[in-house]
Amino acid sequence: MTRLPVDSPSPLIAAQDLRMTYRVGRGQVLRALDGVSLSVRPGEVLGLVGESGCGKSTLGRCLLRLVQPSAGRVVFDGTDITTLPERRLRPLRQDMQMVFQDSYAALNPRRRVGDLVAEPLRVHPAPGGGRRSRADIAARLAELMDLVGLPQAALARYPHEFSGGQRQRINIARALALSPRLVVADEPVAALDVSIQAQIVNLFMDLRDRMGLTYVFVAHDLAVVRQISTRVAVMYLGAIVELGEADAVLHRPAHPYTAALIAAVPEPVVRTEGLPPPLRGDVPSPIAPPPGCRFHTRCPVARDRCRVDPPALRGLPDGREVACHYPLVGG
Amino acid sequence: MLLVVRDLTVALPIGGRLVPIVESVSFTLGAREILGIVGESGSGKSVTSLAIMGLIDVPGARVSGSVRFRGRELVGLAPRAYRALRGREIAMIFQDPMTAFTPVYTVGRQIDEQIRVHQKISRADARSRTVRLLGDMGVPDPERVAGRYPHQLSGGLRQRAMIAMALSCNPALLIADEPTTALDVTVQAQILDLLRGLRREYGSSVLLITHDMGVVAETCDRTLVLYSGLVAERGPTGALFAQPGHPYTAALLDSIPPLHGPRPARLPSIPGSPPAPAERPAGCPFAPRCAYAHEACAVRPALVASGVQDVACVLPAEGRPLPPRFVAEMSA
Repeated sequence: MTRLPVDSPSPLIAAQDLRMTYRVGRGQVLRALDGVSLSVRPGEVLGLVGESGCGKSTLGRCLLRLVQPSAGRVVFDGTDITTLPERRLRPLRQDMQMVFQDSYAALNPRRRVGDLVAEPLRVHPAPGGGRRSRADIAARLAELMDLVGLPQAALARYPHEFSGGQRQRINIARALALSPRLVVADEPVAALDVSIQAQIVNLFMDLRDRMGLTYVFVAHDLAVVRQISTRVAVMYLGAIVELGEADAVLHRPAHPYTAALIAAVPEPVVRTEGLPPPLRGDVPSPIAPPPGCRFHTRCPVARDRCRVDPPALRGLPDGREVACHYPLVGG
Repeated sequence: MLLVVRDLTVALPIGGRLVPIVESVSFTLGAREILGIVGESGSGKSVTSLAIMGLIDVPGARVSGSVRFRGRELVGLAPRAYRALRGREIAMIFQDPMTAFTPVYTVGRQIDEQIRVHQKISRADARSRTVRLLGDMGVPDPERVAGRYPHQLSGGLRQRAMIAMALSCNPALLIADEPTTALDVTVQAQILDLLRGLRREYGSSVLLITHDMGVVAETCDRTLVLYSGLVAERGPTGALFAQPGHPYTAALLDSIPPLHGPRPARLPSIPGSPPAPAERPAGCPFAPRCAYAHEACAVRPALVASGVQDVACVLPAEGRPLPPRFVAEMSA
């Protein structure tokens, strides 16, 4: 796939030591994000992968400030938005949009598609200030339908009249209405059948190329993430364990968790040799994460040091970062 | 053969008329065999399994054809006779173990009860069997887990407990409907490993219903591909994945993004979406989305042999079967 040149040295969005904690009763604290730092360059697609409860969705929401992080900073295009009042955040929201997994829940069933997609155009002022005219909105709606591959007639219909894949196209059209620069997509194809999933993944890739979009793509499906991402961050129990170029991370994983995750994906290929032994146990509770390396309880190569000394994220010679004392490559 | 299904058709009343959801599905399942039934949502895979279990209880529904289990016809079996069969000879596990267990009793008590419904043994004997079963299913500290309530267990442990309950009476046939869909991928690998081991440890045959071609490839001896309520293709899993005979099977496999090898610039996708059962075309149901569709496809194709598979497509008979599938080398 084509890799866009990094035309700007400054990231479009960056998180610095982001923390998100929830009080869950009896004085217990759940650390959904436990010190996450990353940056996304313009034109890049950052894939966030990990199992349920790893914090990938929370991170996506914190980046758009749909939830307020407990500590740390989020910087969007040079502006610290972590504590920006809503009044000043609002103009920036035009540049950052979200697409959700549940395409049906995201659309008000009692309103027509045209109304739903036009809403951001009515809420936000036109580029020169003031309200957009009816004619401008109608013209933009027509453009958006073409962009996401829906017929113009779709505008007059209701969400329940569409299939899951078509509804996700409607959600994408709405997210793109204001020509955002950043789109955070949280499991946007997880609820779709594979034949439809391929259509939507292709659409995301086409739109990135045509509109110069930057994506944070949250997904549990490693193959989907590999298809669409330039870089990948692998998360486990609220922290990034490996971050780097998609091909490097997924072909030669450095963190034992990344390797285990890849090995566990059932592939549509009948193998002649036996399958690798599966990882033991479940993901520990984020209320009481293990001491030392958070992965040591399930790690096939853990040593004594891993049980007491939490590894920090550090750079490897090939440019990726890994939080492991004994990485599988380039250590 | 343990299970012989012939021309199974399930019709449900929709909008005042009987609409066939599943049409003329036929397959066999041998002892200690794992058969995968794979298809997208609405393909009829769950309806097929519910019909085998005698669990289609929609008023006005019609189940026809034949389901012979250990030589005994199940279609038309009295509800009472079906009840005696379910749980003891045929057991079923579902995607969501939370709905299979009642939340108000411990999992141990529920498994004990299941054993005692079908066999006259003491509570203490039932419990020791429960603990042994949980241990066999890879549950760590099975005695403690038996004393816990379903909500206190992780998704993976709940699924193991449900499989333990299903196996508690040593059924000859286990029907598993999307048993790993709600699980994380590392836990899914553990449960698939467990299912593969069942035939060895328990001599069970498994009917595995899934939407995931990867799960089928790694688990099943033979595979049945359903499309819009009809069999598109069936055959040994290895051959079916190496050289799919039906254009739907081939297109479905192509649309899965590869985890290894070069990344395609675009994913091959199937245009459109499957027809609703009431709008199924008279000819081949896949023809409107098929790259190979031609005049002959206006007639519903019969299942014909193509290599070692059976394929509901005219291409093999026309002497132009699909080419083998290209699969990139996997890195270790």
